[in-house]
Amino acid sequence: MSDRRELVAKSRLIEEGALKDRLINFFTMWEVLLSIIFVVMVIFFSTQTRYFLDWFNLMNATFQFSEKAIMALPMIFIIMCGDIDISIASIIALCAYAVGSAASAGASIPALIVISILVGTAAGFFNGFMVTFLEMPAIAVTLATQSIFRGISIGLLGDQARTRFPKNFGLFGQEFIKGTTIPLEFVLYLILMLIFAFVLHKTTYGRRLYAIGNSAEAARFSGINVKQLRVINFTLTGFISGLTAILLASRILSVRSNIATGWDLEIITLVVLGGVSITGGKGSVWGVFLGSLLVGYLKFGMGLMKMSGTLMTIVIGSLLIVAVLLPRLLDLYKANRKLRQQHGQS
Amino acid sequence: MVNKMVKNVFARREATLMILLAILLVPITMRSPQFLSPRNISTILNDMAILAIVAIGEFFVILSNGIDLSVGSIIAFSGMACGMINEAHPVVGAIPLLFIGMSIGLVMGLFNGVLVAYGKIPPIITTLGTVNIYRGLTFLLSGNQWVTAHELAPSYIAFPRSTFLGISYLLWIAFIVIAIFYYFSRFTRTGREVYAIGGNPTAAKFVGVNESKIRLVVFAISGLLCGLAGALWTARYASAVNEMATGFEMQAVAACVLGGVNFAGGAGAVTGVVLGTLFLGVVTNALPVIYLSVFWQTFVQGLIILIALTLNTLSDRRKHTKLLAQRRAE
Repeated sequence: MSDRRELVAKSRLIEEGALKDRLINFFTMWEVLLSIIFVVMVIFFSTQTRYFLDWFNLMNATFQFSEKAIMALPMIFIIMCGDIDISIASIIALCAYAVGSAASAGASIPALIVISILVGTAAGFFNGFMVTFLEMPAIAVTLATQSIFRGISIGLLGDQARTRFPKNFGLFGQEFIKGTTIPLEFVLYLILMLIFAFVLHKTTYGRRLYAIGNSAEAARFSGINVKQLRVINFTLTGFISGLTAILLASRILSVRSNIATGWDLEIITLVVLGGVSITGGKGSVWGVFLGSLLVGYLKFGMGLMKMSGTLMTIVIGSLLIVAVLLPRLLDLYKANRKLRQQHGQS
Repeated sequence: MVNKMVKNVFARREATLMILLAILLVPITMRSPQFLSPRNISTILNDMAILAIVAIGEFFVILSNGIDLSVGSIIAFSGMACGMINEAHPVVGAIPLLFIGMSIGLVMGLFNGVLVAYGKIPPIITTLGTVNIYRGLTFLLSGNQWVTAHELAPSYIAFPRSTFLGISYLLWIAFIVIAIFYYFSRFTRTGREVYAIGGNPTAAKFVGVNESKIRLVVFAISGLLCGLAGALWTARYASAVNEMATGFEMQAVAACVLGGVNFAGGAGAVTGVVLGTLFLGVVTNALPVIYLSVFWQTFVQGLIILIALTLNTLSDRRKHTKLLAQRRAE
C-alpha cells in the first residue's frame, strides 16, 4: 500500500518535472518568444495611439515592409548554408535601373518583368560563381559586387532619374486585391513565404540546406553537391531581387541610383531576428515571417509615435545585435540546466 | 627556411604592387604629364593619409579573420564630436582634439570588441549593427545640424595643412601611425598573436593565446585609429557633416585586399596595406585624367577589389598545391 503511494508520488514528481521542462522548452523556443514580443508590442502601441489597431492602417503598413520581407526569404537559404550576401540592395538597384531604362525606351510590362528577373538572376549567379567555384569568402565577394552592381547604376544613371513607366505599371506595388483592402504585394509575399516554407521544411532540398549549414564537409561526404546548392541559393536570391525590383519600381514609379540603399542590413536583420543562425544550420521560415512582421510593425508604430528615422536606425541596429546575443544566452541557459539535471540524477 | 619563404611571399606581393603601380603610371603620365608633378603627388598622398590610417585599423581586424564595417560611422561620430567641441570651445586646440577623437573611437571600438570577443557575435553582424547605431548617434549628437568652416577655429582647420620639413602634419601623423603599427605587427608579442589567431585559432589557443583578448584588441585598434581619422577629417575638410565617411569601410577593405591581406585571416603586412592605399589613391586620382566620370568611381573600386581578391585566391591556391607537391616529393 505504502509502496504504491510512493510510486504515485514519484510519478507525479516526474510528470511535474517533465511539464516544467516542456514549458521551459516551449517558452524559450525562438518562434514563441517572437510571438510574445509581437503581442506585447501590439498591446503597447494600441494603448499609445488609437491609429495602430486599425485594419486599414495595418494593411496599408505592409507596403512599407513587403519587399524587404520577400527578400528575406531567399536570404534564409543563403544564411542557412553559412554564407552571406550583402550585395542584394545593389542587385535591386541594378535591376531597377534596367527596368527604368527599358521603360523609358518604351518596353511593355511583361518585357520589363523579364528584363528585371534576367538581370537579377545573372547578378546572383555571378556572386554564386565567385563564391563557390573560386572558393572566395561570401562576405568579401559580395562586398565587392555591392560596389560593382551599385557602381554600374551610378555610372549609367549619374544624378538622373527614370520616371517614365507604362500605364498600368503601378499595379504590382500600389494596388489592392479587388474589393478588399489587402495589398497585392502582401498577398504575393504570403504566397512566396508558403512556397519557401514548403521547400525548406518539406523537401529534400530544404533538409540538405540544413545539412550543409551544420557541416558542409559532412554534407559533401554524404553525397550532397554542396557547391551546386550554394550557387542555386545565390542565383535564387538574384532572381527574387529582380522580382522585388519590379515591385519597388512599381510602388515608387521612379528609379534613382541610390534606390534601396541600406536594405542589406535590414534584410539580414529580419533573417537573424527570425532565428536563423548566422553560422548556418538552424532556423525556420515561420520565425523569419514573425521577425518580418515584428520589425515592419515596430517601424510603423514608431512612425505613428512620431519618432525620427534616426532613432529607428538605432533601434534596428540594436535589434540585430540583441537578436544574435539572446539565443546564445538562451542556449547557454538550456545547456546549464541540462548539466545540472544530469548531475542531479547521478 | 620557412621564415625565408614567408619573407619571399611578402616581398613578392609588395613587388607586384610596385610594378603594377609603375605600369599604371606610364599611360597616365603620358596622357597628362603634370600627374607626377610634386604638387599632384602631394595632393594624392594627403588624400590618402586618412585612408591609410583607417586601413591599418581594418587590417588588424581582417588579420584576425574578422571585418569592421563600422569604420565610416566611427569616423563620423568622432569627427562630429570634435567639430562640435571646437565650435563650442575654440580654445581647445587641434592636438587635444586628436586625443579626444581617439578616446571616442577607442570606446566605440571597444564596444564592438566586447560584443565580438565576449558576446561571441560574429564580427560581420556586430559591425553591421553598430554601423547604423553609431551613424544614428551621430545624427542625434548633432541634432541633424552641420558644423561649417566658419564655425571651426582657424587653428584647427590649419592643423593638417601645416608643414614640418616640407611635409604636412597630416602626412606626419600617417607616417607615425604606419611606423608604430609596423613595429606592433612584426615585433610585439600581441601583434604576432593576432597573426596566430587569424591563421589558426584552435592551434593558437593550444599554445596559450588569449583569443578573446586579441579580438578585443583588434577592434580597439580599429576604433582608436578611426577616432583619430575622424578628428583629422573634420579639420582637413573644414566641416563636420552627418553623412561624412559613409561607405568608407569599402575603401579601407579595398586597400587591405589590394595589399594582399588574406580575407581568411592570418596573412598580410602593414607595408602591403600602405601600398594598397597608394594604389587606390592613384587610381581614384587618375579617373578624371582618363576622362572617366566620377560617377564610375564606385564601380571601379568594386572591380579592383574583386580582381585583387581573385588574384589573391588564385596565387594562394597555387602556393598550396606547390607545397603539397613538395611534401609528396619528400
